[in-house]
Amino acid sequence: MPKDHLITSENDIGIELEDSGEGCDTRNGKPTSGRKRRRRRESKKERKKDEGRGSRNAQHAVDSGERTEKERQRKRRKDREEKAEHVQSLDKSKVNSRDFAAKNKKNLKNEKTRSKGRSKRELEEGEAKQPQRKGCAKAEENEQDTCERAGKKKGKKKKHRKKVETSSEQESSEDGDKEGEGEDEEVEEEEEVEKEVRPETLTPEELEKLKEAVDDKKKLIQALRGKPWPMKKKHSTLRESQEFLEKYEGALGKGKGRKLYAYKVMMNKKWMKFKRDFENFTTACIPWEMKIKEIESHFGSSVASYFIFLRWMYGINMILFGLTFGLVMVPEALMGRPYGSMPRKTVPRAEETNAMDFAVLWDFGGYAQYSVLFYGYYNSQRAIGWLKFRMPLSYFLVGVGTVAYSYMVVIRKMARNANETGGGDENSFNFSWKTFTSWDYLIGNPETADNKFASITTSFKEAILEEQESRKDDNIHLTRFLRVLANFLVLCCLAGSGYLIYFVVRRSQKFALEGFENHTWWERNEVNMVMSLLGMFCPMLFDVISALENYHPRVALQWQLGRIFALFLGNLYTFIIALMDEINLKRKEEDVVQFNMTMWEASLHNNTADNSTAPPLFTHPADVPRGPCWETMVGQEFVRLIISDTMTTYITLLIGDFLRAVLVRFLNYCWCWDLEAGFPSYSEFDVSGNVLGLIFNQGMIWMGAFYAPCLPALNVLRLHVSMYLQCWAVMCCNVPQERVFKASGSNNFYMAMLLVILFLSTLPAIYTIVTIPPSFDCGPFSGKARMFDVIQETLESDFPAWISKVFSYAANPGLVLPFMLLMVLAIYYLQSTSKSYKEANVELKKKLQMQNEENKKKNKRAALKAAMELEEARKAPSSRTAEQHYNPSHQHRRHDMADSRAGSFSSDQGKNGDDQAPFTDCRRSQPVKASASSRGRHANQGATTGYPAGHPRQSEPSRLQRVASTQRR
Amino acid sequence: MGATASHLGKDLLSEYQELTFLTKQEILLAHKRFTELLSREDKNLPDPRAPTEAILTLPELKSNPFRERIVRVFSTSESRDGLTFEDFLDLLSAFSDSATLEIKSHYAFRIFDFDDDGTLDENDLEKLVNCLTGETEETRLTPDEMKQLISNILEESDIDKDGTVNLSEFQHVISRSPDFVSSFKIVL
Repeated sequence: MPKDHLITSENDIGIELEDSGEGCDTRNGKPTSGRKRRRRRESKKERKKDEGRGSRNAQHAVDSGERTEKERQRKRRKDREEKAEHVQSLDKSKVNSRDFAAKNKKNLKNEKTRSKGRSKRELEEGEAKQPQRKGCAKAEENEQDTCERAGKKKGKKKKHRKKVETSSEQESSEDGDKEGEGEDEEVEEEEEVEKEVRPETLTPEELEKLKEAVDDKKKLIQALRGKPWPMKKKHSTLRESQEFLEKYEGALGKGKGRKLYAYKVMMNKKWMKFKRDFENFTTACIPWEMKIKEIESHFGSSVASYFIFLRWMYGINMILFGLTFGLVMVPEALMGRPYGSMPRKTVPRAEETNAMDFAVLWDFGGYAQYSVLFYGYYNSQRAIGWLKFRMPLSYFLVGVGTVAYSYMVVIRKMARNANETGGGDENSFNFSWKTFTSWDYLIGNPETADNKFASITTSFKEAILEEQESRKDDNIHLTRFLRVLANFLVLCCLAGSGYLIYFVVRRSQKFALEGFENHTWWERNEVNMVMSLLGMFCPMLFDVISALENYHPRVALQWQLGRIFALFLGNLYTFIIALMDEINLKRKEEDVVQFNMTMWEASLHNNTADNSTAPPLFTHPADVPRGPCWETMVGQEFVRLIISDTMTTYITLLIGDFLRAVLVRFLNYCWCWDLEAGFPSYSEFDVSGNVLGLIFNQGMIWMGAFYAPCLPALNVLRLHVSMYLQCWAVMCCNVPQERVFKASGSNNFYMAMLLVILFLSTLPAIYTIVTIPPSFDCGPFSGKARMFDVIQETLESDFPAWISKVFSYAANPGLVLPFMLLMVLAIYYLQSTSKSYKEANVELKKKLQMQNEENKKKNKRAALKAAMELEEARKAPSSRTAEQHYNPSHQHRRHDMADSRAGSFSSDQGKNGDDQAPFTDCRRSQPVKASASSRGRHANQGATTGYPAGHPRQSEPSRLQRVASTQRR
Repeated sequence: MGATASHLGKDLLSEYQELTFLTKQEILLAHKRFTELLSREDKNLPDPRAPTEAILTLPELKSNPFRERIVRVFSTSESRDGLTFEDFLDLLSAFSDSATLEIKSHYAFRIFDFDDDGTLDENDLEKLVNCLTGETEETRLTPDEMKQLISNILEESDIDKDGTVNLSEFQHVISRSPDFVSSFKIVL
């Protein structure tokens, strides 16, 4: 079997299939199906070659051997018809010649079955004597091979014929040649007769074959939508394949199996339909799809990517919310002890008077503080309600689960993104990518389009400049100095903001000790306001500073993002450190309270001890002294932070974007300079800043969710509102960015940031959970030494003893350490294998290039030789036949030229039987084949791998052929 | 096939779903938009063809520098202008979200192949770059820059060094690009 078929690229197959309109493109089929497909393709090639000299071939076919009288008669009839039509119309003749090719093919096969014994070598010699059939030599070889293997010829022949007929039918319908239909139908009838006998005479082998054919068709149907054909062709192919399937699917299987098979097929169909409907349904369910599409068309994909990111975040938060709401908040609210039954569930007497004030509630104090929203409200009772719901355990597991789920989702998303980008080498196609992929087809707004034009032009110019000279700096010392200065200034900013936050937090602690009542609103909300304001103004400051540095805009953006990241992170961590101080203070306070409590209880006991007959004195839970409950305090701080952050975001949106846009729009009529084009102008949508804001917001959620179960709910609300608000703001008061950055390039950058934030925000949460003992009188873990003791407790009391034993063994450092070592080793191993794969990739790439060049050289040589030999052959007297053969094709070509006004498809006619022999099709020029068949094979190989020099025309045009063929109609 | 006159048949709709990357809603929307483009007398024809001018008024195509090429490539009429509904579906399918890289790059190649000769030669590339840089003078590249750019492009992507970029070379280049699939999209 010639090697070239195995290396054939998919493109090439696509071409072949396009010619035939039949067959399938899946390359990974079993060897048998592959062979069959190949055979089919060969048959097509053969037919192609036979076009233009159909009559001669047909005659030859008649000579070469027929099995039955009937067939011969038909052939002759057709032969006559064909000749007549050949004179009449060229189109018609093409169809007929195809039919003849099909017939011819059958005959050839018959011959082959007879000459089974003959060796290949002999066959080739025989071919050499008959120049007309040289083109099919290879096909014959293949067929002979397969025939020998198959043993049974009859069924196979039938099948093969069927295939040929369907494909020719296909082509004729594609070409719109109605004349050809008569013959086709005739053949079809005969086919019907044959088919009726079929089911009874099926041998297992034939069944196999039929199954394969059916599978092929199925695959074809599935792959149809991925074919670059016009709809008409796809449609007819679909119908034809479906018909085929309906006809033959039922024939598969026997007796009971048959019924089962039919049932399976039916269920399969139903399942497909259901899947499609479900797909339709899910796409209809994706929220905000239309909104995002609208933005996409106005602002390009980079702004839209922010909204897609927002939507993704919303999804994650929905799930976090579902977890906390369904497993923690609702059970506690429904089955836990009601409000007022315990001290931790009651507002203390001192706060009762203004517990319902809006100002207090807004700060999440008062009734809000003593509700399911915060950690402190939960009771440490092991099981609650009639369900015996394990509340503390559930609380702990949900806390761990949210973190674990977030990690999983973020990492999975990152991996998927990395897969999508494919990890191509960045710089090898710099210019080509700029040209071929820089236009964003989603842009539907003229203004955005103008900006895009400008940015593409600058990117071209920059790239050219960079290419021409590897940038020399005029004054490297000055730029260096300026950059150092800029970084110094930024560091100062960061340190300043850090200190400011620390200072403010300490001050607010002092205020808190004194009591909030005698302070102003500002003093109470200082911390959050300062943090939000810093987050708002520092980026602007950085922007100004970065002007000093004179970086390339993309680099500048990265620096900017890095600085904002550092700022946010610094702020968050100062905040946390300040919180830690406060936690320590509260714990000291707690010790005092605990001591006082025992005193108080003792005194209470003493009082009641005197008259023991009286019922024990009932103290209202509001009057019971209680600890400060640092967990609720932490939760409250985070909730307040989120609220103020949300407020500042919305307010900046309204003032910074909307008000500005309104002013610019309406004051422009009565202003001394053009406000729209000049200084204030409209604001741009800041994708990176917004994404960063979102990421940090999420970080705070992760950090605080353990102590305030209401945080995910709040965040869902926030994201929901900002989705609408920002969509509206973008559409009504922003202008498209001047520098349009690609969305996908930074996707994983953002995800990596999210991962870092996730890690950094879970770190303090886990630290507090693991190291700090929980408050003694509030929260689900009160009374335990550590929060995670709840696991131990559950293991001991709810599971059989051996499980806790197993766990205690598993937690043994002797086991944990080796396990960790194993993981490290696994990571190392995977990393090294991935490295070696990368190296192998590079090697392969090199090899490919080498082979390409080699093939190119070989092709050139082959083509030159072929051209020379062709010349010689033409000069020789024996070339008369060749001329005869080329004549019709010349005519043909002229005909095509006339019909398809786009004369540029000259190569297209190359396929339809033409003249540009030396460079278009070596295999067709017979002299070449005769003398150098092995070289031809090489050339063939080259053509299939990468279209090097001699061959591009051969494969390209056939792909484009359909355009011409539709024109010809 | 003539069922596209006023409403789509159920069978046809499911066939279109089979044959394109579009969902049911998208096909229906496309049909709605397409019928809006047709003039009154066209609607009664069995297989109406929306003229190129009407299609270019679609907001999705209005600002696209390749709009004429896109219509030309997807048109199946002899004069290569105007789209039938099926052509229109082909277009939307190729530009849809879920279309494969192969089909996208195939059509991209044909859109960029301005003279329809099956390869991207220097003239094609020049036209392509001019489309990308816009019509105005200040955004145009100078002839020197253009020359440099085209030679750079060919150096990168013309693997067989025959002076043109053919389809497989083009697909090779495109398949590595991180943002082609995300930006080669048109959504109604």
